[in-house]
Amino acid sequence: MLMDLSDVLQALFGDYTLRTVALGSALLGIVSGALGAFAVLRRQSMLGDAMSHAALPGVVLAFIVTGSKDPLALMIGAALAGLLGALLVTAVVRTTRIKSDSALGLALAVFFGLGLVLLTYVQKLPDAAQAGLDRYLFGQAATLLERDVVAMAALGMPALLLLALFWKELKLLTFDPGFATSLGVPVHLLDVLLTSLLVVAIVIGLQTVGVVLMSALIVAPAVAARQWTDRLGVMVLLSGAFGALAGVAGALISSTAARLPTGPIIVICISAIVIVSLLLAPRRGLVWGWLNAGGVAAA
Amino acid sequence: MNTIQPAVQVTDLTVAYREKPVLWDIDLNVPAGVLMGVVGPNGAGKTTLIRAILGLVRVSAGQALIYGRPYAEQRRLVAYVPQRNSVDWDFPTSVLDVVMMGRYGALGWFRRPGRREREQALMALERVGMHEFARRQISQLSGGQQQRVFLARALVQDAHVYFMDEPFQGVDATTERAIVGLLQELRSAGKTVVVVHHDLQTVPEYFDYVTLLNVRVVASGPVAEVFTESALRATYGGQIAFLNGREIPGRLQDAQMGMAAST
Repeated sequence: MLMDLSDVLQALFGDYTLRTVALGSALLGIVSGALGAFAVLRRQSMLGDAMSHAALPGVVLAFIVTGSKDPLALMIGAALAGLLGALLVTAVVRTTRIKSDSALGLALAVFFGLGLVLLTYVQKLPDAAQAGLDRYLFGQAATLLERDVVAMAALGMPALLLLALFWKELKLLTFDPGFATSLGVPVHLLDVLLTSLLVVAIVIGLQTVGVVLMSALIVAPAVAARQWTDRLGVMVLLSGAFGALAGVAGALISSTAARLPTGPIIVICISAIVIVSLLLAPRRGLVWGWLNAGGVAAA
Repeated sequence: MNTIQPAVQVTDLTVAYREKPVLWDIDLNVPAGVLMGVVGPNGAGKTTLIRAILGLVRVSAGQALIYGRPYAEQRRLVAYVPQRNSVDWDFPTSVLDVVMMGRYGALGWFRRPGRREREQALMALERVGMHEFARRQISQLSGGQQQRVFLARALVQDAHVYFMDEPFQGVDATTERAIVGLLQELRSAGKTVVVVHHDLQTVPEYFDYVTLLNVRVVASGPVAEVFTESALRATYGGQIAFLNGREIPGRLQDAQMGMAAST
């Protein structure tokens, strides 16, 4: 924001730190965009939100247990807590009369509240090692190190590979789970797989985007991508590209300007993409609709 | 496959949701090569019966056999047409793609549909008169066209037994006639077809076998033998009103649920 585009580009290719930040943000954007497309099509946007909030106590507990801020340990802690949250939602819906939107809201609040309590407790410890753990709330891309990006790639690449490997089955599961079951497709296993992959997408983004706004990077790229295409494959690719674009733009802006939290900036970038898509996309865009309505009225 | 063995054999089947029985002690034989309608009031368990046979709902007791063996071993012999409104038709995919999903079971893991599947899908679309819609995005289809796409998907499964859930719901008269023609074609080819149906009037015209269902099986057999006024009265709780052979199912269902027939 404070720099010219040319300066940013020069910094991007010349500056090691910025290159790391950009690479990490692109990676998290691709993974969350691609997997978010399935979450949106399966109407599980809220699940993504609940799981990302639920990850916070996992992050803090992983720190308490290991005593270090090793990215892989924190990500595993986040993933376990996120999955536990999703499992609890499923269990509550199955065994009680509470509907899933209420169950998701409950899980989100309970886990996030617990996470905040733990975070406050840890920050009061005399030890200085916990410093910076609070960046998991709103994200701080500038702190991304090479080891963080390596950990993100180690989780994200297998997730994308699994998505490609089970493409046909996941597509069928998303479109028509009843028919998939009748064919003998193990829909429960694939459901668990897809939810786990979504958790992976979330934990990859936590350090950069933060638990509070991570769900935007799951939902928004997919919503924007759906506007431009009627093909699932194109939608998933486009969603990944939008996620990467917003991730890189947001991370660079927040890194180059004064200590802005990255998550909110990324969310502003992806929101701009969504607004443009909602307005301008051919056929599905609002402007398209207005023009056609005007044409009909004029004719 | 000998002809004496029934295509579908259901014994002692019970399904319950939260302790409340939806299907109670169902015994049902569907002989091979018949076109059977399953009729009954709302909440009679018609859809659940099909879903239970296909293993889509948990059964409390009993079993369903396809040609003498459990469904899990006979999947390739069975095709399923779910209710049209059970899926989101704004899903980003094309007509051809949806029809090719009917081959996914035969393809197995990791193999993508190719030219052969594409040709099979196009042939099935031809049979339902939707050939020129192959490239169309599915959200641009009318209700009748959506139903034909689902039928085409079942046709590429190349099955022996077809289960169809309300294939005539919300379709235009032309589509209804086209579908009936297709069902009778399947029967002529020796296939067995079981159809959940809601229009009592067309039962004698469309089907040769019928099952009258209301949580229990009230009657099942050839239409000429079991589709009688007394059986219908028993199925619809004795509230059925025949007006020159025309019944009013809406009134019946309201009465069935213990509500005043105010509609």
